[in-house]
Amino acid sequence: MIHTENLTKSYNGNTVLKIDEIHIPKGQSFGLVGNNGAGKTTYFSLLLDLIKPTTGSITNNDIVVDQSEAWKPFTSSFIDESFLIGYLTPEEYFYFIGDLRGQNKADVDALTAKFEDFFNGEILGQKKYLRDLSKGNQKKAGIVAALIGHPEVIILDEPFANLDPTTQIRLKQIIKDLATTQGVTVLISSHDLMHVTEVCERIVVLEKGEIVKDLETNPETLKELESHFAGTPLALQEEE
Amino acid sequence: MIKHFLNLEWKQYMRSSYWQKNLILNIFIVFFALYFVVIFLILGFTLLPILKDFYPNQEPLTLVNQYIFYYIIIDLFIRFFLQKLPVMSVKALLTTPIKRSTIVHYVLGKSGVSFFNFLPLFAIIPFGIMLTTDGVSGSQAFVWVLTMVLLVLIINYLNFIIESLSEGSELSFLPLIAVAAALYGLDYFEIVPITTLIGDAILGIVHNPILILVPMLVLGLVYSYNFKILKQKLFLDSSLKSKVTEVKVADLSWTKRFGSIAPFMQLDLKLIWRNKRTKSSVFIMVIGLLYGLFFYPQPMYKDLVWIFPFIGIFVTGIFLINFGQFIPAWDSGYYKLLMSQNIKYEQYLRSKFILMVISVGLMFVLSIPYVYFGYKILIAHFAAAIYNIGVNSHVMLYGGSFNRKKIDLNQRAAFNYQGTGAVQWIIGLPLMILPMLIFALVNWLIGFMAGIGVLIGLGVLGIVFHKKLMKVITQRYLNSKYKMINAFSEDN
Repeated sequence: MIHTENLTKSYNGNTVLKIDEIHIPKGQSFGLVGNNGAGKTTYFSLLLDLIKPTTGSITNNDIVVDQSEAWKPFTSSFIDESFLIGYLTPEEYFYFIGDLRGQNKADVDALTAKFEDFFNGEILGQKKYLRDLSKGNQKKAGIVAALIGHPEVIILDEPFANLDPTTQIRLKQIIKDLATTQGVTVLISSHDLMHVTEVCERIVVLEKGEIVKDLETNPETLKELESHFAGTPLALQEEE
Repeated sequence: MIKHFLNLEWKQYMRSSYWQKNLILNIFIVFFALYFVVIFLILGFTLLPILKDFYPNQEPLTLVNQYIFYYIIIDLFIRFFLQKLPVMSVKALLTTPIKRSTIVHYVLGKSGVSFFNFLPLFAIIPFGIMLTTDGVSGSQAFVWVLTMVLLVLIINYLNFIIESLSEGSELSFLPLIAVAAALYGLDYFEIVPITTLIGDAILGIVHNPILILVPMLVLGLVYSYNFKILKQKLFLDSSLKSKVTEVKVADLSWTKRFGSIAPFMQLDLKLIWRNKRTKSSVFIMVIGLLYGLFFYPQPMYKDLVWIFPFIGIFVTGIFLINFGQFIPAWDSGYYKLLMSQNIKYEQYLRSKFILMVISVGLMFVLSIPYVYFGYKILIAHFAAAIYNIGVNSHVMLYGGSFNRKKIDLNQRAAFNYQGTGAVQWIIGLPLMILPMLIFALVNWLIGFMAGIGVLIGLGVLGIVFHKKLMKVITQRYLNSKYKMINAFSEDN
């Protein structure tokens, strides 16, 4: 589904991301872990054509993302709060995204109704603007908006951060569901090794912009990741 | 402490993409400032001889003092619309061991060295010097200059009080206009002779220097009042926990008739109505509409036909200029979302275009009553409206692709009252002056109707080539996509 080749991104000659090749098949739940400055968000931004690659390219379903926009109809994402429109209510925001993705109000309502549990009664029908919601609730709205319109690829940057424990557990269920039963390719990044190993079939470790590990998840993966991040002195120091 | 603050500000200014990418605009502003300085200098040095020429029987100092009242009123007006209290991002500083009062004193002190306060000095000091050549003693001239400086500072802080009082209300400028009009009326109909009162007061200070304590006291009062209201605002919960406003949902389904751009139209209308900053540009339309009243009723403008299109462009295009120049920065807060969503740039831009066209049409209809001052005005306004739709709207959209400054709709920064500065008006000038020049030239060479014809022709040309122009503009936006995303995700 997503194929990356010879991808580098440098700022003023300083390379922040260098991926020779990586292929993510359709329906895989793919986890990206790494310390700050490892290049996780950079990779996602390149995938969404928000920044231009220095060399190489990413193809999403055979479409080169920085040359055509044809990947947009089947790709959706929630990277940070700048994906929210503060002066809309959550409902209006969902309808707006729905409009852009060819879904009418009834479609959107049907979808959001399925997430009533996840919302925990704090999102729908609150008569509040998104800008007035708490960080966690904003995130919930953003994540659900990324599910509107049956996307085939969903990209979530740090989806677990800022969420309360109950919501984290529910979110894990949602992500697992998407990949296994609906065949959606899900890409997430996280600092929380436990969450990622629980949710993702495959985990890639980035370090200073390069892939250092590419693991199929099994019961030993969490231990392996923990020893990796604890053991290497490089990983301990805060970058950026 | 002050040293730290100055250091922070310097870095904030020099490192913002706004400064780096808008060098030309900055140079332009410097020239603009220099221009005013020169004008004021000339005024300061020549005022005395001129007054002596025209009123040989009266003391120049007495004469000038009588006009101080008008100066105060005009200055307050200009400041209200152009000057804003210096913005400082205080959130990060509140938890550091800096006294709150230091921060407030700093912000207030900084406003004291504003250009608006320096400019009058260029006229006041030369005039003071000239006074000494005219028989006024050096010490008296000095006291007069000092009084004027105090007066300027009083106006400075008074303005911030007015701004903070009117901040919450939507028609924020109405109270100011009402008060000014009332004062002017009292004076004009000689109910209370304010001009002579203020004139006498200043003259009194000049003759009894001890009375200078009075303006000093007033300055102290307005300063400490400012201090009080600012310090109250300087708590985290007032900037973090903004008032949660109950949503008023309006039915916007009528926009569906615009087809594929309907979602964007709805978004734009909500954008305008739900954010303070954009809302003010709607209310500025009211001022724009009344702008013609400054000119048309006066007989001296009756024959100045060439100025009609200028006013016409302003009246019909005020929303276009105000709203248009911040496209696409209005959407800067969620620009990444738009760029990764399934949207067509052209639809996004066309929604803005249609919004501007509607505003021009509306303003033209509302300005029809100006026909009372002559049918030529109506014709000129019509031509200006067509020109706005055909030319200026496209120029605005094209210019927007050079926009690199993020707009914070949520107004998280403390002390941000109006968010509009002098720059905004300077940008609008070429849009108004160019058609005026074109018209004036043709009007002078051939005649009135020919000039009107040229303006309409240019507008129609723009409308005919609308699709082509939009293609060019869209391409321009696509080309600067990455730069815009980058600039908009920067803070400040």
